[in-house]
Amino acid sequence: MGNPMKIRAAAKDGVTEVKVLISHEMETGQRKDANGAVIPAWFITELVAKHGDKVVLQSEFGTAVSKNPYLAFKFKGGAKGDKVSVSWKDNKGDSRTDEAVVN
Amino acid sequence: MNNQRRNVLKSGTGAAVLGALAAAGIIKPGVALADWNKAAFEAKSMADTLKALGAGAPVESKDVQVTGPDIAENGAVVPVGVASSIAGTTMVAILVEKNPNALAASFTLPEGTEANVQTRVKMGQTSNVYALVKAGGKFYMATKEIKVTLGGCGG
Amino acid sequence: MRHTFTILLAGFACGLLSGTAAASSEMDAIAKYRELLADGNPSELVAAQGEELWKTKRGPQQASLERCDLGLGPGVIKGAYAKMPRYFKDTGRVQDLESRLMTCMENLQGIEPKSIVDGKFLKGEREKVAALVAYVVTESNGARIDVDMRHPEMKKMYEMGKMAFYFRAGPMDFSCATCHGEEGKRIRMQDLPDLRTQKGAAAGWGSWPAYRVSNGEFWTMQHRLNDCFRQQRLPEPIYGSDVTIALSVYLAATAKGGTMLTPGIKR
Repeated sequence: MGNPMKIRAAAKDGVTEVKVLISHEMETGQRKDANGAVIPAWFITELVAKHGDKVVLQSEFGTAVSKNPYLAFKFKGGAKGDKVSVSWKDNKGDSRTDEAVVN
Repeated sequence: MNNQRRNVLKSGTGAAVLGALAAAGIIKPGVALADWNKAAFEAKSMADTLKALGAGAPVESKDVQVTGPDIAENGAVVPVGVASSIAGTTMVAILVEKNPNALAASFTLPEGTEANVQTRVKMGQTSNVYALVKAGGKFYMATKEIKVTLGGCGG
Repeated sequence: MRHTFTILLAGFACGLLSGTAAASSEMDAIAKYRELLADGNPSELVAAQGEELWKTKRGPQQASLERCDLGLGPGVIKGAYAKMPRYFKDTGRVQDLESRLMTCMENLQGIEPKSIVDGKFLKGEREKVAALVAYVVTESNGARIDVDMRHPEMKKMYEMGKMAFYFRAGPMDFSCATCHGEEGKRIRMQDLPDLRTQKGAAAGWGSWPAYRVSNGEFWTMQHRLNDCFRQQRLPEPIYGSDVTIALSVYLAATAKGGTMLTPGIKR
């Protein structure tokens, strides 16, 4: 579940640039709460971006990726109207997929 | 029980169930994420991280670049990226030497995806940031020091 | 490395520093950092939640906020924030965005303002107000700051806000003006806008509400002002109270003619 991502994909000169903002705590597991108890790690571990059915990026995150992760990358191909999707899953087993139309 | 578990693992929709199992302490979260390189992400030193990534001793290369600012106003969000102009780059990774775990993120790049990825990472303190690149089965790297100015006044 | 960073050395007590020490290369590097952050402001995630909330039927009356009047007519969001705070005839008082949203939530949805006023930042209904704020202020990004000061109530609030701005109190004998009433002041690497001037007020007022990277939180103007009081070691003002709205009127009126760059992104 989690909250929706913001995905922007823009095609220019045969290259599509994708920018993604993800809503996630990315808790490191190294912080303590007010009572001194360790706040358990809670972070995205894997992410896959697809252009249609084709995987264009596969990533693995550690706890050092910032809260509300940001990601930008480019792939060859892609045209206005194509679909780009991004899926993530976290260490608690939660997952989410969102998609955007290339413009 | 064992059978059930296997079924859960087999079915593609198992993520939520696995999460529930993990929350119940039946399985460890790490188990559910077979693909995630636990050894690399939990390694502490640079050397151990490189070993876990199978990178051995990467060669320093001018064709690899760590992109990012010289100074980060806040270590909680440091924009960094990796760019490689080495042909056939299939993997890039970002490592922060002085973080508790050096490896921040790794990216596998299928053919057609540019070897130029940007993200944002946490940095506990001023540190060397490494870009690690895999191309043609070999590992290359580049370094950049990023200074972190600690806030703390909350303004 | 190549530069000397006397200014960056840890161990400063929280306090003020007059801005003389930082060489331009360091300021350039900081500018580059800020520029890199600007593209991909996580406020967008909060604004998306706010847009959803705006359109969702909620509360005892199961209504959306789509008929909420932010001053430009029911449901008009575009550019509304750039003209706030403003005097509202229906309530007979000057309201900032957050107090106005509470009015809409009460009248349209039946959500009691008390739960928000007595609540906490980033919790419960007040967190929902913040998401709505993110949505509304995004729709004024790039607009000219243009508060209408003609109504006598606005003039009254302006005077009250100005008084509050210069009012020294608390164990440190601070006022807003202690930090924001002189040109070129800084806290560590943070430039402090001189909020008495049009330029300074536009920089300050025009870039809040904002996402704060230090804690990964989206802060509304009420939250921002509340924290200014806290930092002065003063009692926290009541959420949506007149003094907070008055300060906003003072800032927005001083900033008039500047550009809204909302939501901002801050260290």
